[in-house]
Amino acid sequence: MQKHDVGQSDRSSVMSQLLKERDYYLSSYERFERERTEEPTTTREMRRKAIAHFAESGFPTTHDEDWKYTNIAPIVRVPYRSTVDQRKFRVGKDIAQLKLGTVAPATVVFVNGHYSAESSSLAALPSGVELRSIAGLLRAPAAIESNLARYATCADQAFVALNTAFMEDGVFIRVGRGIVLKEPIHLLFVSTADSGPFISHPRNVIVTEEGAQATILETYAAPRETVYFTNSVTELVVGANSALTYCKLQCEAQNAFHVATVQAQLEPSATFSSHSISIGASIARNDITAVLDGEGADCLFNGLYLTTGNQHVDNHTRIDHAKPNCVSRELYKGVLAGKSRAVFNGKICVHPQAQNSDAKQTNKNLLLSADATINTKPQLEIFADNVRCTHGSTVGQLDLDALFYLRSRGISCRAARACLTAAFAREITNQLTLQALRAWLEEIVMTRLPGSPPNEGDSL
Amino acid sequence: MLEIKDLHVRVGGADVLRGVNLNVRAGEVHAVMGPNGSGKSTLAHVLAGRESYEVTCGEVFYQGEQLLEMAPEERARQGIFLAFQYPIEIPGLSTTYFLRAALNAVRAHRGMDELDALDFLEFIREKAKLVEIDPALLTRSINEGFSGGEKKRNEILQMAVLEPKLAILDETDSGLDIDALSVVAKGINGLRARDRAMIVITHYQRILNYVAPDYVHVLSRGRIVRSGGKELALELETRGYEGAIAEA
Repeated sequence: MQKHDVGQSDRSSVMSQLLKERDYYLSSYERFERERTEEPTTTREMRRKAIAHFAESGFPTTHDEDWKYTNIAPIVRVPYRSTVDQRKFRVGKDIAQLKLGTVAPATVVFVNGHYSAESSSLAALPSGVELRSIAGLLRAPAAIESNLARYATCADQAFVALNTAFMEDGVFIRVGRGIVLKEPIHLLFVSTADSGPFISHPRNVIVTEEGAQATILETYAAPRETVYFTNSVTELVVGANSALTYCKLQCEAQNAFHVATVQAQLEPSATFSSHSISIGASIARNDITAVLDGEGADCLFNGLYLTTGNQHVDNHTRIDHAKPNCVSRELYKGVLAGKSRAVFNGKICVHPQAQNSDAKQTNKNLLLSADATINTKPQLEIFADNVRCTHGSTVGQLDLDALFYLRSRGISCRAARACLTAAFAREITNQLTLQALRAWLEEIVMTRLPGSPPNEGDSL
Repeated sequence: MLEIKDLHVRVGGADVLRGVNLNVRAGEVHAVMGPNGSGKSTLAHVLAGRESYEVTCGEVFYQGEQLLEMAPEERARQGIFLAFQYPIEIPGLSTTYFLRAALNAVRAHRGMDELDALDFLEFIREKAKLVEIDPALLTRSINEGFSGGEKKRNEILQMAVLEPKLAILDETDSGLDIDALSVVAKGINGLRARDRAMIVITHYQRILNYVAPDYVHVLSRGRIVRSGGKELALELETRGYEGAIAEA
């Protein structure tokens, strides 16, 4: 009974703390708005609506089903500043390695949420692609026409609401009708909070028009260990018969926080492939939703999360089969070491008119340590009668027979663990069409996690 | 080369080996035969360093050193090779990558330079011919979707690549049809050498028609109960294990 009471008071103290943080963000917004009197009415209205949603919903707590395993209090109680002294940032040196070598000739770089012309390389951008800064769009009265804030809704999504209220920059990309991009476009968001905790709200809109094909890589990275919070929103509109491959690489600083919302809208016969890689951050949350809103649309969700130390990574995915004859394939794999914790929650919702839906969802986890925790929850909600849907999840450890097999050939225990971990992840890495990204990631998988020594409560 | 003295091994609470003695010199081929459950595979795995097997008594010297104190990878680098009865499938790890990692680990131990990917490819093509393995198979994940015969040939290929001093073949003949057996045996014979010893563990005499042993030992209930020349294998074939063991 007493224990119960303690739990109650703990919960209510968290609630009241989050209310206080909400009020702090609300008052920050008032200041933010006062500094932006020059913005057009449409933009101001968009922000006001968003902050009203946030005022109503407040921050989610672990009582909310969607946030049951992720406590955001450590994220929002940090007093962030929204401007930062960028003088310590060394453009050439800090950026080069984060560009992943030659992954993309066209790279758009944002430093602490703001476009950096000197770091970006846009000369290679092919014709037929419109690329504009969100900062510019927000100052233009026609911002709304760009699909900005059309699909990512603020109701009951506190972080989308905050992003919409506070967004300052990001990128708008429109790949014109029938345009086929041979090279990917890399959006690189670099954060370096050298002068104290810092928050940014990157906002992106990517549109592929009818028949277009494009690959976009969106990277969140840091040259150094600092504390900051990235709250990003990316809206994707995949036009009829177009194909968009969207890779999101989250390798934030180990002490950073990352909350990202990705909202994709698929038109008839659109093909959308999402590859979501989470490696960094202290607490990271990815919400990705695809609405298959046209007949014959095809959706692939791949995900890989690697966690170690005290990291916490939460992936929430949702696929809405809203129209008939759509196919979705989802595979998320996790490798957890140390005392890290991961959450996978995948929902597939088949709407009443979505006959002949074909959906498959799988989540597989490899625990490298006895102290790591995974909460996995696949969900199917089916309201149509002629559908084929399967889902499943597994949690396992390194196979001892395989480990012995490799060691019996002279491969060290450490290298054998690395090989087996990489082998587990290969189902995901193999599907990455960006060779440079794939090679880089496979190296990370091989070198980063198995470093946790085999003792210390390890599963070996 | 190998000296096993009064080896006792416990597996999952059961005493499986109960005082095995065996001496193997360089260049020799020893066949260890015995009925199911006699401890043949346990002996093979203990020599290779299986950690879940508990040695309760006895010693094993390999090239004059205490073998039982070495990690599995250390034994492999020093020249011990176990061909598995049930080769492991490892989805996601290519055979080529695995073989190169293994070879380079062994080469590093021998003070040799690592082979780069190109040199290795040339090297492995030559070796693959020996066991008649399609090189295309090597680009696939280790043993994944391989037939029984392909798995066993892959084991012999690994042996050819690593060039061990002491090879332990654990029921390499099991599950092979006569053609596959002939290919595998040819591979094994091709690897017989004056400085290389082999322990051929088998239930049936069949493989010994191809790979002629210098010595045959009968393992029963965790002990070697009879030893002899290759004629002992023929006797086992005609009289069965029970008859031959009763003789002892």
